[in-house]
Amino acid sequence: MDTRRESEPTLMKNPTTTERTSDRELVVTRTFNGPARIVFEAWTRPELFKRWWVPKSTGMSLLSCEMDVRVGGTYRLVFRHDAFPEPMAFFGKYLDVTPHSRLAWTNEEGEGGGQQVTTVTFEERGAETSVVVHDLYPSKEALDGAIASGSTGGFSEQFEQLDQLLVTLDASVGS
Amino acid sequence: MVQYSSSRLDASFAALSDTTRRGVLEQLGRADASITDLAEKFHMTLTGIKKHVGVLEQAGLVKTAKVGRVRTCTLGPRRLHDEAAWIETCRRLWDARFDELDKVVEELKRKEKVDGHKKRK
Repeated sequence: MDTRRESEPTLMKNPTTTERTSDRELVVTRTFNGPARIVFEAWTRPELFKRWWVPKSTGMSLLSCEMDVRVGGTYRLVFRHDAFPEPMAFFGKYLDVTPHSRLAWTNEEGEGGGQQVTTVTFEERGAETSVVVHDLYPSKEALDGAIASGSTGGFSEQFEQLDQLLVTLDASVGS
Repeated sequence: MVQYSSSRLDASFAALSDTTRRGVLEQLGRADASITDLAEKFHMTLTGIKKHVGVLEQAGLVKTAKVGRVRTCTLGPRRLHDEAAWIETCRRLWDARFDELDKVVEELKRKEKVDGHKKRK
């Protein structure tokens, strides 16, 4: 085998950076040891995507994953979190699907006040691909709200189901 | 979200499970407000809005202080110092995801190499 740069994946862990770049935006970066073509494929083929999007260490498991990856196509992911009895759904629509370089989708589980949009860019540099994820919130208040709630966003649909919990909490506050 | 205790998470989720309470947080994100201001803004009775503010206060999302006859509400102490924690939580989530994605990429690379060899015969 012509092994010029057969890096051991376990030894070559690249760092992940996260930064709030503006009132409304969070940016995540990471470099992968492979061509953009392959990395892009892992984001756009459901059978690959579901193998990494919900790592076990988050306490979540993926119950279902439907993705129609084309502009205007929709996706719907259903998770379960250890802490909650009810599953949580994340859904939205693809705004941009440019093979090997760019993906964008809406996160529509939030209500009112506009949509959160996630844009992912893939830039090939030699044998590596730099991935940049931009999470753009509809407003500063929306991002502040996500921070205040301690969530990474997207749990809104379950809020109604959690109303049950609230009844208990309300009762204790009211007394 | 991983490292948050579930009781704290529950309190936050419960606090945010109501449109009015989310509205109150957004409102307070723009400016402090009195209970009376909030009641007017959300077309509620003083008792009604107090109950919502109480839930937010218990979750640490809002704090209130009474000056004279006016109770003023501001975003809670958790908000400011939690920004860094939240960003770190996001980073850990993405990092865990990307570690898994690394494995998928490696596997696809290996597969492609094998397939490529096959094609060349």
